[in-house]
Amino acid sequence: MIFSKLSRRFSVVATGLVSMLSMSVARAEYALNMTQGVTPISQELYSLHMLVFWICVGIGVVVFSAMAYSIFHHRKSRGAQAANFHESTTVEIVWTVVPLLILIGIAIPATGTLLDLEDAKTDADITVQVTGIQWKWKYTFVDEDVSFISSLAQSSRDVVKDPTGNENYLLEVDKPLVLPVGKKVRFLFHSDDVIHAWWVPELAVKQDSIPGFINDSWATIEKPGVYRGQCAELCGKDHGFMPIVVNAVSEAEYEQWLVGMKAEAAAAASAADQEWSMQDLLAKGETVYQANCAACHGPTGAGIPGAFPAMTGSPIVIDPDQAAHIDIVVNGKAGTAMSAFKGQLNDVDIAAVITYERNSLGNSVGDTVQPSAIKNAR
Amino acid sequence: MSTEITHGGHDAHADHDHHGPAKGLMRWVTTTNHKDIGTLYLWLSFIMLLYGGSMAMVIRLELFQPGLQWVEPHFFNQMTTMHGLVMVFGAIMPAFVGLANWLIPIMIGAPDMALPRMNNWSFWILPFAFTMLASTTFMEGGAPAFGWTFYAPLSTTFAPDTTDFFIFAVHLMGISSVMGAINVIATILNMRAPGMTLMKMPLFVWTWLITAYLLIAVMPVLAGAVTMMLTDRHFGTSFFDAAGGGDPVMFQHIFWFFGHPEVYIMILPAFGVISAIVPTFARKPLFGYSSMVYASASIAILSFMVWAHHMFTTGMPVAGELYFMYATILISVPTGVKVFNWVTTMWKGSMTFETPMLWALGFIVMFTIGGFSGLMLGVAPVDTQYHDTYFVVAHFHYVLVTGALYSIIAAFYYWVPKWTGHMYDERLGKIHFWWSTIAVNVLFFPQHFVGLAGMPRRIPDYSLQFAEFNMISSIGGFAFGLAQVFFLYIVIKTIKGGEKATDQVWEGATGLEFEHLPSPPPYHSFTEAPPVK
Ligand SMILES: [Cu+2]
Ligand SMILES: [Cu+2]
Repeated sequence: MIFSKLSRRFSVVATGLVSMLSMSVARAEYALNMTQGVTPISQELYSLHMLVFWICVGIGVVVFSAMAYSIFHHRKSRGAQAANFHESTTVEIVWTVVPLLILIGIAIPATGTLLDLEDAKTDADITVQVTGIQWKWKYTFVDEDVSFISSLAQSSRDVVKDPTGNENYLLEVDKPLVLPVGKKVRFLFHSDDVIHAWWVPELAVKQDSIPGFINDSWATIEKPGVYRGQCAELCGKDHGFMPIVVNAVSEAEYEQWLVGMKAEAAAAASAADQEWSMQDLLAKGETVYQANCAACHGPTGAGIPGAFPAMTGSPIVIDPDQAAHIDIVVNGKAGTAMSAFKGQLNDVDIAAVITYERNSLGNSVGDTVQPSAIKNAR
Repeated sequence: MSTEITHGGHDAHADHDHHGPAKGLMRWVTTTNHKDIGTLYLWLSFIMLLYGGSMAMVIRLELFQPGLQWVEPHFFNQMTTMHGLVMVFGAIMPAFVGLANWLIPIMIGAPDMALPRMNNWSFWILPFAFTMLASTTFMEGGAPAFGWTFYAPLSTTFAPDTTDFFIFAVHLMGISSVMGAINVIATILNMRAPGMTLMKMPLFVWTWLITAYLLIAVMPVLAGAVTMMLTDRHFGTSFFDAAGGGDPVMFQHIFWFFGHPEVYIMILPAFGVISAIVPTFARKPLFGYSSMVYASASIAILSFMVWAHHMFTTGMPVAGELYFMYATILISVPTGVKVFNWVTTMWKGSMTFETPMLWALGFIVMFTIGGFSGLMLGVAPVDTQYHDTYFVVAHFHYVLVTGALYSIIAAFYYWVPKWTGHMYDERLGKIHFWWSTIAVNVLFFPQHFVGLAGMPRRIPDYSLQFAEFNMISSIGGFAFGLAQVFFLYIVIKTIKGGEKATDQVWEGATGLEFEHLPSPPPYHSFTEAPPVK
């Protein structure tokens, strides 16, 4: 059993080694260097990166060839006699001043680029508020009535044991952020819990989202396309599993998308006014639970001892009085990792997930929680 | 002994010479001898290197291919965190304190360290600190999983109870480091042999003197940071909790005010080691001794003024970013002076390439590569793309592994004949060097590429486009890990026996330890101050 498992792993290693050699040639362009990206800033950054890189290569060539020459010619085995020169103020001044001048040559373009990069406020067409939440992103269009949560796609979650052949593994989300090309988009970053960092290399935007702060950055996307990124600041257990997908489209498509999003929100609001059956709540609750709660409390409700409490048999969950259970999900628990879901989920989702927790995961209280109860608890 | 008495001149001295090391285990527990304590530090650091290294193996194993095969994300985060903490505080720092203990007294002609009992204590705190830290792996909630930089609020509000063990372990390490630093300063300033003026001291002594001041300046800052964490966690304060009016970014300022000088704490003594080895094997004095001293001092001073280059993405004001960018890239000037000096020292020398020299040359080349990526990272706007990616991982492993660790291994090969009286096996030493050097580049060089291509650091799994380079990196990692087990064999073999070393050990070696002491030196050396030219 163990041996077959091991031999399977070794064969994976062997095929991997072979494919590695062939693939590294095929993908060399993207895999070796920074992307040039699709915004004016990303191109500026790329040029600056290459400038500093070639300066380093130049210095490296000079220093390492001097070293190599010396190692080759001034070796005892070739009969080299040691000279005895040391201390020369002139030489010391030269190798202090020349690097200083090179640094000034780097600092001047770097200053200009930095000033461009930081100019998020001037003439922004669209403002998107980005909120980092363990382990998903919430996008709010400040001037539109559109707000949604974007998290790792189920297609990636399903194959974590063996993602072979899964294109965009860990770089796919359920709902991408849609933005129009050719418009200056200003991003405002904020966090609900720990520090995250929103990073899309092609947009040259990497900015920390920090609780208690609002940071900003900007991008004008010049080319339609799908641009993928990831959280770049360690934010706990599933830090590696909160990707970003930006869908850059024409302005007309963007407007259409906005209309669709608003219609979806309206439908969800009317669903909240209805009475829901146990069966429907459980079905919806399971999806909500796996997407939002399972990361900490475990897919079976077992939690992680010492870090995250179990759902199974939890006194709050199995209490016949629903009030405490509703309160902790809606408002969170201060001073812990349990966040307030009122800002992340709608009434139906919260009602469904609470019902699911009470009647599944090894619990069987037997009651339902209706969306109206959540509305009252907000 | 009679020659010693006529030499030493008084009776008390005779008694002194009669007691060698105590017998058995208690020798090591109660010792106040700088050589014993140096040995203890070096062994602790080797054990920690293997412990931290085995966690690196777990990391490379999980990253060998995409998908989660071996460990859970939560455990993976514990591995990256503990690997960092153990390597920084357990492997690199204690190794340099061990070298300081062994070498400073015999380099400046002192009989021992100035404060021998404190010396014993500062060592013996450490095994307890690391046991406490490591024990959290087996507790509910697990070991620290918030990165070795432990940013709040992930390490405060969102961390498990075991974090308190981490806090106290860091306190103990800090106490140990500060005591060690006080001892180094007291020794260097008070115990130099007559004639050993400051500007005659070997560079290793100089760089350690500067390092000791850095330690005293910043370890209390780290202690302050963890104490604030502790009170945030248990006593209702909100230093770093935005909901209570606190500031999570302030944590980063405090941490990096410690953290950047800490980088130089781990590299300045390495500069000292390389400055000793290169002249010996080039058979030519160091090109610019005084400029090396001034460069070390300027690096140390600048190191206090650049901390926020780790925070370019936190939303600092533009003026702040500009200042920290200029100050950071400025450090490459004194660092360049160092490298140019070593190369000029080799120039027109009469070089031989024994194992210590190979490691020193490896240091110069690969540390410089790490310096280049450091310069690139210092350019604030482009740091937008580099920050928190594998490019950063590659950078700091080039300066810490092929930098600091390489210098420590170079120092071992250079001075071990002096310490033990035995030459190491030259053939094995060279195999160790070439094996490590090929492996370490296979390990870390591809990480520049995946970093630039967009792979964030500290992730247990990655998308398929990064697969090839991660596999290459892991293979290099396993080979490098194995090379250090081979090193353990070389160390033990050298201690047990080997060709007898001469007193000067190396043809071109200079300094009191090579000119005035036998190999190995007596348990108590320089009870009489040696003459200094
Ligand atoms: Cu994250
Ligand atoms: Cu730094």
